[in-house]
Amino acid sequence: MRQERPIPWPGFVLALVGTLLVVIGGVTPWLGGALLLLWLGSLWLASDRPPPPPPRQVSGTFSREKLGEMIEHSGTPLMMTERNRVIIANEAARDVFGAHILGQDVRVALRQPEAIALIDRDEGGTTSVRGLARRRDIWRISRHPMDGEIAMIELINRTAEADISRAHTDFVANASHELRTPLASIIGYVETLADGGADKATTTRFYDTILREARRLQHLVEDLMSLSRVEAEKHDQPAALIAFSALVERAARDAAGPDRAERLTLECAPNIAIKGEQHQLEQLVRNLVDNALKYGAVDEIVQVILDRTPNHEARLTVTDRGEGIAAEHLPHLTRRFYRTDPSRSRASGGTGLGLAIVKHIVERHRGRLDIASKVGQGTTVTVRIPLTEEAPPLEHTGPLKHRQTKTS
Amino acid sequence: MGAEHTVKAFDEDITRLRGLIAEMGGLAEAAVTNAMDALVKGDDALADQVIKGDKRIDALESEVDKLAVRIIALRAPMADDLREVIAALKIAGVVERIGDYSKAIAKAARKIDNRKKFEPLTLLPAMGELAAEMVHDVLTAYAARDAGLAREVIVADTKVDNFYDSIFRNFVSHMVENPATISTSAQLLFVARNIERIGDHATNVAEMVHFAATGTYPADDDGEPLHQTGD
Repeated sequence: MRQERPIPWPGFVLALVGTLLVVIGGVTPWLGGALLLLWLGSLWLASDRPPPPPPRQVSGTFSREKLGEMIEHSGTPLMMTERNRVIIANEAARDVFGAHILGQDVRVALRQPEAIALIDRDEGGTTSVRGLARRRDIWRISRHPMDGEIAMIELINRTAEADISRAHTDFVANASHELRTPLASIIGYVETLADGGADKATTTRFYDTILREARRLQHLVEDLMSLSRVEAEKHDQPAALIAFSALVERAARDAAGPDRAERLTLECAPNIAIKGEQHQLEQLVRNLVDNALKYGAVDEIVQVILDRTPNHEARLTVTDRGEGIAAEHLPHLTRRFYRTDPSRSRASGGTGLGLAIVKHIVERHRGRLDIASKVGQGTTVTVRIPLTEEAPPLEHTGPLKHRQTKTS
Repeated sequence: MGAEHTVKAFDEDITRLRGLIAEMGGLAEAAVTNAMDALVKGDDALADQVIKGDKRIDALESEVDKLAVRIIALRAPMADDLREVIAALKIAGVVERIGDYSKAIAKAARKIDNRKKFEPLTLLPAMGELAAEMVHDVLTAYAARDAGLAREVIVADTKVDNFYDSIFRNFVSHMVENPATISTSAQLLFVARNIERIGDHATNVAEMVHFAATGTYPADDDGEPLHQTGD
């Protein structure tokens, strides 16, 4: 404000001319001088007052739209509430909760008791919440009240950090038990061979057994590694765009191999794209197809179908016509090392981890896994993964609501 | 969603109603999770917390009741607004029951001793997790008015039922082999039963969510309902 006082030149000129006219008009110069002094002085004083402030829309009242735009592309989920109604939610927040939260009571998005305690507290603060978007995830929520009824809510996902330590203990617990069995038999056979005295036929049989057990050990280590890798990454959703139709075809044929190729029938709808990680999706298809071929009846076909559900998902179904699985086993199938028939599973080289890996891969891709089976008829495994919104395949251009309902 | 109503007060009331249901649901969900944790870990303090926390759920239920009655009396809602208020009223009742079952599980958790040696206990967490996930999903479906997700929940109930059958058989054979543990096994059987009921109630809520969103009850098969009275 301490700037150079502006000199009101036009006023001065007007005052001079006015006084001159008055003096010419016959007023005494003294009186004219006094008039001029008064005139100039008042002009001078008036000019000292600061100019009226310009209309201030720019600084104080940041419009809501502006603010919304500013936070829109932040990677951190951010929400703004007015009297505990959500007025702004950025893209990341809409990803977590869904677009419906806009305009709703903030409790609709944050229903956990800890979060509600935070919302009810006037001074804001930070809290940790479990099960915000998915069960068992962990988020840190900070709430900063701004002026009056408006508050900013920031969400940070802490699930991955909390999970790492647990994953390590699980890995050790699982691995030690399952690795010990094949190792024990390898050691036993090698000791017997080292003692000598076995005839040629027995020796060959022992070598075969050792080789088989070592292979099993190798598979087990590979599966354990991929299981723990998938688990560790479970919380970061993969972002790469995958041409799922082509991938399913390739991986399914790959799993069948030339020997079992004629037992495989494939029906893949074209142009299905999802977000995912290629290796894991391949592994998913391979595991499912391999299971179906392995446990299905030897001379029966295995059917692999990929299509779209009305709920905007890619659906992969793998059906075998084997002996089926009894209902009481179904809930446990995705547990590690769970076997309905341990001896048979081992004989066919299973590690007991295939479906556990599949389950984790599906979870990482935000999908769902369902297993249905009838004893005597066979088993159907269904995997559904959300279709991607980006670069939609040609048939999918309309908005979600007006999607065509296909009967499948 | 949220087409403007001419009466702003109605909008505010219904937003508040949804908020209350969500808060109740959050409490019930936490109650299920905590009750199962208390059972598995033998954490009596956590069990007490669940037992005490049920009062808050009951209080919220009566608050929902009052608000819903007030909305119907004062605003005379029509069509899908009315459907939503009625659904909220019913959902509040069912969520309250879920809270009660969690309380029952927490009470049972307090009665179980020497859980270290008890092998069947390892089956329950997975079942509890399934039921808790149903509760979580159905609340999300309610918040989003997502009929698709509501149908998922209904389908998931079969899994919980299968789990219950499996656990039932397992426990019975365990009781036959270890008569000394029969009273503990019986307690756990009740817990399994309660979890199964929680799953059923989540299914009920899912049906109401479906009704509130579409105006129809979900079809038996997993096909789309014949017509959708869109939102």
